[in-house]
Amino acid sequence: MEIPYTVEARPDTGLYNAKMGIWLFLASEVMLFGALFSSYVILRTGNPDWVQHPMNVSLATLNTMILITSSVTVIMSWASLRLKDFAKFRIYFLITLLLAGGFMVVKGIEYNQEFSQGLFPWSDNYMGIYFTLTGLHGLHVVGGMVVIAYLLGPGAKMWKTAPEQYVNRVESVGLYWHFVDLVWIFLFPSLYLL
Amino acid sequence: MGGHNSPEDIKKETRTYLLVFVALAAATVLTVAVSYLDLTTPQAVTLALFIATIKGGLVAAFFMHLLSEEKFIYAVLVLTIVFFIFLFVIPIGTYADATGEHFTMEGVEHGESEAH
Repeated sequence: MEIPYTVEARPDTGLYNAKMGIWLFLASEVMLFGALFSSYVILRTGNPDWVQHPMNVSLATLNTMILITSSVTVIMSWASLRLKDFAKFRIYFLITLLLAGGFMVVKGIEYNQEFSQGLFPWSDNYMGIYFTLTGLHGLHVVGGMVVIAYLLGPGAKMWKTAPEQYVNRVESVGLYWHFVDLVWIFLFPSLYLL
Repeated sequence: MGGHNSPEDIKKETRTYLLVFVALAAATVLTVAVSYLDLTTPQAVTLALFIATIKGGLVAAFFMHLLSEEKFIYAVLVLTIVFFIFLFVIPIGTYADATGEHFTMEGVEHGESEAH
């Protein structure tokens, strides 16, 4: 049985399946991160003795730049695919994957610095919420890396068999990746600068 | 949606993406720069979140194509925003009500409405 609307848009929503699915998923993700942000506000404003540790702003700024750049490369990869330039798509997509890896390496260095200063998730409320939010965000980065790697590797066969569906998949991953970037845009000032 | 599919339109889109990237990078530098200003906590929070909202808006509008999306997606997002607001207001309001405290940017001030 052929699954309908994997390529063409449904007449009622104007969306193909994957796009509708990814937007509903992103809506649930807003609630997930929203709950944690809400917890952060309560913990911080409700504690007159809040301890704010000085974090490594330089590394966090570098990571912000890395994620912003990866957002551009992922959308450029999608644009290249729409121009039917598969070679360019692969380069941009690979750069996105490398940037995502770079983000995790920088985050690892940061965590290592914090551990060496005796700062752990159980140290105090700030460190607890810091590791929860950045850890969950990091898991999202890893999840994105897995999907990007799949679409670069075995999943790329679809470009030959069903190119339009492949373009749609890349667009959906791109939407997810921009969301990961968007979350970091709010995490960065909230956790590092305020 | 993601715009039109003619090669000219797609190339035009990519130029826009690069401009948005420059704006995002500049806004990131600005975010860090203003954190070094001698501001009160409410001012710093407002300014930092204002810049973050502009950056987030740029990502959503251009990279996620929300400037020209289908109505269904707008409907999903409106619903999400409503629940997101509930998510913030209800726990904070409940906490403040239960403790007789109200929130300030500097911490907590004890309410004076309690019976003496």
